[in-house]
Amino acid sequence: MRLTLEFGGGLELLCNSIKIHHVDVSPKTGEDTLSMRDLLPWIESNLIKERPEMFVKGDCVRPGVLVLINDCDWELCGSLDAVLEEKDVVVFISTLHGG
Amino acid sequence: MDEIVKTIGLKNNCTFCGVFRRQALDRGAALMRADKLVTGHNADDMAETVLLNILRGDIARLSRCTFIITGEDGPIPRCKPFKYTYEKEIVMYAYFKKLDYFSTECIYSPNAYRGFAREFIKDLERIRPQAILDIIRSGENFRISTSTKMPEQGTCERCGYISSQKLCKACLLLEGLNRGLPKLGIGRSRGLNSAKEDGEQRMLRSEVKGSNLQSKQCGTLDF
Repeated sequence: MRLTLEFGGGLELLCNSIKIHHVDVSPKTGEDTLSMRDLLPWIESNLIKERPEMFVKGDCVRPGVLVLINDCDWELCGSLDAVLEEKDVVVFISTLHGG
Repeated sequence: MDEIVKTIGLKNNCTFCGVFRRQALDRGAALMRADKLVTGHNADDMAETVLLNILRGDIARLSRCTFIITGEDGPIPRCKPFKYTYEKEIVMYAYFKKLDYFSTECIYSPNAYRGFAREFIKDLERIRPQAILDIIRSGENFRISTSTKMPEQGTCERCGYISSQKLCKACLLLEGLNRGLPKLGIGRSRGLNSAKEDGEQRMLRSEVKGSNLQSKQCGTLDF
């Protein structure tokens, strides 16, 4: 499944400073749908090159990271249970900064 | 800041940075003859500050930290218009409006106390987002017991800026840096007339006359 993943608000530093990634992710064997719950560990293993604790906490994103699926807050789509489709755009923005 | 951290180490960085930045903002505003100074503190910041002051028992700050306007009787009042706006809303607004902003992480703050309050509040927000506004509301409704002694506002003997002690924090910290005393001005004074803080201040004030410090006299600025 081809997806576009974007990282902002400083999170891109965890992925070699690349903000936009075009990726191809396959659902878990035996399943025909890909949910956010499956995508997060995939991102952690394949895209996050340093400090994974800045991105994930447990099986969810670290609190303070905003997730948008096709420009819509993922909390409106089911959060971890949201199902992804071909060509979806998922954006992760860290809201933790400033001082 | 890099030089300051070389002198003081990796602890208490926020104290130095915050105090000097605030001083720079105030003096810059005065130089520009501004009427008001407005900062971008948001709801998350306010809630973190309330919690932080509770955790540290800083009663004086606890009583003031939720005011949306401060320093009204001073030369340049300060205001926080985003006091009730969630950081999440601000980030989403910036994203959709394609606004450019700095999001670099402060390299000296990983062990800052505020970080723990922030982590806690973020966890709370996930479970019950209204908690942030509720914490602010609690903070607004704190009333300090009349038997608690509160610091009085005066002026700094060295630079003339407002201060609750004989020397303002900026002058105290600067003195510490110049004399290789990184702990000067750090740590709590037990009671308003603690021997330690008093002793330090007396030692410093006796040198005011013959000093060659960089601290600029506030009196030369036309408020």
